Amino acid sequence: MFWKSTYNEFIKIAAKPRSYIGVGAITLIVGIILFAMKADGMNFISFVTQPFEQSLSFEGNILNGNLIAFIILQMLIIHVPLLIALVTGDLVSGEGAMGTIRLLLTKPISRTKILFSKYLAGAAYTLFILFWLGFMALVIGKAMFGTGDLMVLNSDGLIVLQQHDLAWRFALGFSVAFLSLMMIATLSLTLSCFSENSIGPIVSTMAIIILFTIIGTLDVPVLQKVQPYLFTTHMMAWRNFFEDPLPLDKIVESIGILLIHIVGLLGIAVYKFNKKDILS
Amino acid sequence: MTDKIIEVSHLVKHYGKFKAVEDVSFDVYRGDVYGFLGPNGAGKSTTIRTILSLIKPTGGQIRMFDRDLQTDREYILQRIGCIVEKPDFYKYLSAEKNLEIFARLSGVNVTKSKVHEIIEFVGLKGREKDKLGGFSHGMKQRLGIAQTLIHDPELIILDEPTTGLDPQGIIDIRNLILQLKNERNKTVVLSSHILSEIELIANRMVIINKGRTIIQGSVSELLNAQELIVSFSVDNIEKAKQLLFGISMERAIDKIDNNNLLLHISQENIPIINKLFCDNGLKVFSIEAKRKLEDYFLKLINA
Repeated sequence: MFWKSTYNEFIKIAAKPRSYIGVGAITLIVGIILFAMKADGMNFISFVTQPFEQSLSFEGNILNGNLIAFIILQMLIIHVPLLIALVTGDLVSGEGAMGTIRLLLTKPISRTKILFSKYLAGAAYTLFILFWLGFMALVIGKAMFGTGDLMVLNSDGLIVLQQHDLAWRFALGFSVAFLSLMMIATLSLTLSCFSENSIGPIVSTMAIIILFTIIGTLDVPVLQKVQPYLFTTHMMAWRNFFEDPLPLDKIVESIGILLIHIVGLLGIAVYKFNKKDILS
Repeated sequence: MTDKIIEVSHLVKHYGKFKAVEDVSFDVYRGDVYGFLGPNGAGKSTTIRTILSLIKPTGGQIRMFDRDLQTDREYILQRIGCIVEKPDFYKYLSAEKNLEIFARLSGVNVTKSKVHEIIEFVGLKGREKDKLGGFSHGMKQRLGIAQTLIHDPELIILDEPTTGLDPQGIIDIRNLILQLKNERNKTVVLSSHILSEIELIANRMVIINKGRTIIQGSVSELLNAQELIVSFSVDNIEKAKQLLFGISMERAIDKIDNNNLLLHISQENIPIINKLFCDNGLKVFSIEAKRKLEDYFLKLINA
């Protein structure tokens, strides 16, 4: 019954027009970035490399597909949560708003199984969105700009990662980015269990992300104590895979904190969904 | 296994201080078309939703098919088809896809041909590929009935199934319900505040008000036990009055309106009085029994 329910959830996500907003938005935004980089990318690169040009000389194809993918990932990983929440925030509350939850919950399947079916379908959608982002950034990026070493600017300076050393970094980076986005999917699904309309959970998810991001950037001693535990602090953990040497302790800590958040939120969602009286 | 399909005992549901259901008890037997009657806000929907496990009860017990709802929820729900208030479906999917979605969760294997057979039964053949966005309320109600039947359940629960329908839609749904009982041997629980609907369809009923059971039993027995207001239209009203005095039934006279004599009598007395009038040379133009379920219902809830 669980797999039948999950199959149903896939059909619903695939049939909902809002599911394609994410795909369309990513295609459009990445398309614009690729076009802008093709038109004026070298100026952008010179702006970044200018401070180092007195001591270093840059050779080869700097503006390559790997760099483009890295830039796109960095820019879009902030915006993709909205696209994810658009679908996952609607998974439970959307049924309430449409009234279909009354029929759904009178079927001989436990509420926990229904919720996990929705979660699994939401996870598959998140993976698909991330896969599409990766495809647009890496595959189309490489097709347009070729390949080459990746130049990464971080707080310690400039790191150049060799081309043959990049595939595993992108693979693991995408995996941790998926975990970050699953955190958003779990948050919006949990909020969805508390709401009877679709907009509430989506707006609330974004409000929490913005609030936590602001708290995470404020240099106030009281707030600095909580900053390491905010999920938003660890949303960019994927970037650690582009450091040399790899900060393993930071990566493990980020994965741990994201997992704790996911498990905790899922627990709240299961509890709420099972206790919920359907009054709509 | 007993013949009781539903046994609700002392059901209670509170939302904080608000008491939606205080003490509701009733039994539904196999083969019944069971009317669940009460004014708006009586606790009908809360009770129906509790039976369907959409709402957790505060107290009381619900047993269905000889099992406890709390411990055997899935076993019980597999044997039920239902519409709760409006039949809402996924607007972005076709009628056929909607049925398939709910059939998949029904606990039995439902073939494509079964889906088409049910669509035909409810009169939606030719519209199965259309998205629900373009369906009228009546068509959605028919699809709702199709959804309740798709897994061939023993018990069908319909909460206010005719709400929002036009007169033809109401007749169609009523006929469909009678078809379910007569041709498919289903037990049907029908919640409604439309009294005539219950009177026409149900064989047993419960009346609830302010969250409490007021009365339950056979519709015909409950109605026959009550006095009717019967209007006799006769040619000589004075003579009719004298005849009633003669058999000590003067107290039965409620009102005299032109040539109409309104009497408070039981159903059994109608032919007796008619014979009395005819045997004494009165012309009886019409006899109209006015007291029906509506009066009975109002009398009970106002008591």
